[in-house]
Amino acid sequence: MNIFSRYRILLPIASLALLMAVTFYVQPRTLSYFGLNLLFNLAVPIALATVAQMLIIMVNDIDLGIGAFVSLTACVTATFLEHSTATGTAIMVALIAAYALMGAMIHVLALPAIVVTLGMSFVWGGLALFLLPSPGGASPPWLREIMTVKPPLIPMALVAACLIAGVTHWLIARSGIGTVLRGMGGNADAVRRAGWPLVRLKALAYGLAGLFGVLAGMALVGLTTSADANIALRYTLLSIAGVILGGGEFIGGKVSPVGAVIGALTLALAASFLSFMRLSPDWQIGAQGAILIAVLAARLLFNRRDGARR
Amino acid sequence: MQNVLQRPWIWAWLAAVVTFAATVVLSSGRGAGGLAYAALSFGAFAAIVGVGQMLVISLGPGNVDLSIPATMTLSATLALKAMDGAPGTVLLGLGVALLVGLGTGAANFALILLLRLPPIVATLAASLVYQSLAIWSNRGLRVKPPEALADFATGRTLGIPNVALVGLLLSLLVWIALERGVWGRWLLAAGQNPRAARLAGVPVERVRATAYVTVSVFATVAGFLLASFSGGAALNMGTEYLLMSIAVVIIGGTSIAGGFSNVPGIWGAAFFMFLVVSMLNTYGAGAGARSVLTGVIIIGIVIAASARRNPA
Amino acid sequence: MPKRDASDNSPLVALTDVAKRFGAVAALNDVNLEIHAGECLGLVGHNGAGKSTLVSVINGALPASSGRVEFPASATNDALAAGVRSVFQELSLCPNLSLAENLRIAHADLRGWGWRRRAGVEIGQSLDALFPGHGIAVDAQVETLSIAQRQMVEIAIRFAPLGGTPKLLILDEPTSSLDAGISSQLLDAITRFCDQGGAIIFISHMLGEIFRVANRILVMKDGHIVADEAARHFTRQGLVDVMGHVATEPETSQEQIHRELGETVIAQDGLEARRGEIVGLSGLAGHGQAEALAKLYLDATSTWRNIGSPRMVFIAGDRKRDGVLPLWSILNNMSLSLLAATARWGLVDHKSERRTGDEWKRRIGIRTETLSNPILSLSGGNQQKALFARALASRAPLVIMDDPMRGVDVGTKQDVYALVRAEAAKGRTFLWYSTETEEMCQCDRVFVYRNGLISAELSGDELTEARVLEASFEMQEPVA
Repeated sequence: MNIFSRYRILLPIASLALLMAVTFYVQPRTLSYFGLNLLFNLAVPIALATVAQMLIIMVNDIDLGIGAFVSLTACVTATFLEHSTATGTAIMVALIAAYALMGAMIHVLALPAIVVTLGMSFVWGGLALFLLPSPGGASPPWLREIMTVKPPLIPMALVAACLIAGVTHWLIARSGIGTVLRGMGGNADAVRRAGWPLVRLKALAYGLAGLFGVLAGMALVGLTTSADANIALRYTLLSIAGVILGGGEFIGGKVSPVGAVIGALTLALAASFLSFMRLSPDWQIGAQGAILIAVLAARLLFNRRDGARR
Repeated sequence: MQNVLQRPWIWAWLAAVVTFAATVVLSSGRGAGGLAYAALSFGAFAAIVGVGQMLVISLGPGNVDLSIPATMTLSATLALKAMDGAPGTVLLGLGVALLVGLGTGAANFALILLLRLPPIVATLAASLVYQSLAIWSNRGLRVKPPEALADFATGRTLGIPNVALVGLLLSLLVWIALERGVWGRWLLAAGQNPRAARLAGVPVERVRATAYVTVSVFATVAGFLLASFSGGAALNMGTEYLLMSIAVVIIGGTSIAGGFSNVPGIWGAAFFMFLVVSMLNTYGAGAGARSVLTGVIIIGIVIAASARRNPA
Repeated sequence: MPKRDASDNSPLVALTDVAKRFGAVAALNDVNLEIHAGECLGLVGHNGAGKSTLVSVINGALPASSGRVEFPASATNDALAAGVRSVFQELSLCPNLSLAENLRIAHADLRGWGWRRRAGVEIGQSLDALFPGHGIAVDAQVETLSIAQRQMVEIAIRFAPLGGTPKLLILDEPTSSLDAGISSQLLDAITRFCDQGGAIIFISHMLGEIFRVANRILVMKDGHIVADEAARHFTRQGLVDVMGHVATEPETSQEQIHRELGETVIAQDGLEARRGEIVGLSGLAGHGQAEALAKLYLDATSTWRNIGSPRMVFIAGDRKRDGVLPLWSILNNMSLSLLAATARWGLVDHKSERRTGDEWKRRIGIRTETLSNPILSLSGGNQQKALFARALASRAPLVIMDDPMRGVDVGTKQDVYALVRAEAAKGRTFLWYSTETEEMCQCDRVFVYRNGLISAELSGDELTEARVLEASFEMQEPVA
């Protein structure tokens, strides 16, 4: 078995490393504290959103509304949370509960997640528009401080990425409950027959996704210091791409939390990298798509060659 | 009468009529004609992409085309550039647009088939590439459509907007293909049960390929017309049509499980979506309320459809 | 002699007058059964005898339609709590998880710090006890294991304590994916388990295995228990005889049409058929027949091209999975394979469709007011008739049938048999996989499958139910 198909995480790591190497070559000044922070700054909220999407994909569903949800939580952060921590927190908790409820409903009524999350994206978007019909709001000072902290040696963005990867890896890949959730994605019937309550598990997965969506919105406002209703709409497609880039698959419960974070970093880096290449910004989006296709083609190639040998 | 009430598209149309009436009532009966005209114009674009998306969704769960907005933008940009506002180039522009549709559709399906990507990922990745192509070819200047084309796109024949006529024509073609055509039967068979269809001799892959190419072609036609209608191709012209294309398919009564499609419902849903926006505007409700209401409607319809399919 | 605690002799499970009906079909009837600790019960029977239904009722997967299922030795009505565990052929493993993680799913109480290590120890110990020298790492992902290894893991999980004690283990063809050496290890483990006071229900088509481990044998036929005695009372041949139909129902009068058999039209992987011949595929269910037929059909047809007049057609037996298009009318279901051949300008020829539909409704006898009714409004048998019509109307010279008469009523069957014979007389070739041995006796030639390969080719005088049964089971006579 070749090394890339045995350790699925290697391909995303290799892709990221390759991209970083090329970036440093083209623009040596990025190989510095300040440069790295700039490169990966906006990756933190994207990574959090990607983890949220990963949690949904882990249970064989997909979330088309995560972008709108993050935009909403960003708006809540920039308004309520900034004014009053108590009210803001209460709203966030309610939003997380709403996500959990959505998951339970999808399971009990056997609804297609793609359409339900699509519908909810309109709801989240509308609520965001209520809060901030035009860009505005402000970041709570404590949040701003967290997001702009300058730890020695390694920039905040990378520290945060490692933290997110570490926590979610422990939560999903190592802990008991995370294992059961992944099992649900692999063989829900077997999990049910073993006596586990599937509805509660699904609600848990969705609730956790909601939690990460809330964190993503907060991180985003901490960085940009203001918000608007459309600020994170592109996160939907980006988060899906990030999960897949990180070695995840749509069905089978095969996701990698570390891979998802790496995938998000890769996509964020690709955007920055291209502007250094003096590639016109025209091609930045397209290059993200091309990278996604290239990595997936490579994965198929490695799996196929491996399958033929076996 | 009972037969009519059981048709799945009736609810979208009823909703559209009710919304229309509510709006007209509020403005004391003025502007009913103008409202109807606007509904036909704006609804046409949603309906054209909706009909294409419907074909793909009918292929069964997991099949959806997320590259519609990017395809619209790309075709509009390239077509307008080729025509460059000059007279007599309309057919050239249309040809360019259709070629773009064939190309993007084939590229999407190639990604699905050769790279074995799920359609969501394939069309998503492709859309990023198409969007970049559009951005690159749209350098700066906003090219205007030729006058004749702009007149056509904004004009009317027999009181009906021309774009609506184009949309109706395309819908009619699809309707005939689905109701009467062999290809349509094959599509619906593959959507209900791909394995059973295959075992019955249906060329499943060929049918899928045609569906994906068709939705791209329809998207390019919509983009071509929309750009001519609005006086130019803006880079974000397609953004709202992604969710809109899926929404009108669902609200119009097509089953997300595949195998059942519904052309009249698409039009009812397209009108309904436009009229809801208008009505809320007339009532003074903001963009937020419109959005929330749209979402609630979509979810309500999905729950109702699921309850009808699985009576507990 | 089995060691048993003589003081407590209540049965682990007791079934009293249990019956299980699915609609009008009685899968189990009149079942009275007690299983005590230390018993290793071999359960044998032909297709449709009721073995799977019986064990599903015992382990609680299906509720009995009437009668009582009790667990007197434990103070509970729940099979799982009473220590009943099952290993079926569809595995209960999550392929994306490791062995230890899969054990965690099965053992809900294993939580807290270091659960992974404890789970690994538990599954490791179980594997070591059952299959010494297995060589499987406890943190290996199930997906990376071979089928045999997955089977070993599944068995090991059920034998593991899991926070309790397994009392009654149900094993359904557990050695089907295992090689001889590993199978032997399993059989030894089973014997040890019973010696130590456990009980086993062991379903297998390998008679040698049954005789090696079982101390009691249960024979089922048509939903009844027809024999229940100590293993030493049986011989292999005796078992086979009890399983078959000694006295058959009155022979369906077959018209003695002398059919001219033409040249060979199919010769692939040992399977052969001549034009106008009815060739049967028999043997126990799941031994490669359906796969052979599906492979034949899929290799010969394409997902890209559709030739107007196909060379072969396929009639599905699992109509929900492979045949019926549930949203459509009866007519549309019937005409699907015909559309391309009769189309004009790519449009469906509705008149021709109606004509063909009416003709076949008459010929095959579909009971409905109108063919425009939805297909799901038909009874199972009539749905199957519609699928037959779909295939036969297409004029293809070769017809492949994947156990199409499963669960269909007797009247429908007789109609269809007559139709098949009539079509064969006109020169159509049939490849017919069936799980009912009487149907096989209608064929000109029968290939019996066992473990994925053809074990016998029978025709003429040799084509009897007894010979088919013999070839279906692995006799495993002891070497002298």
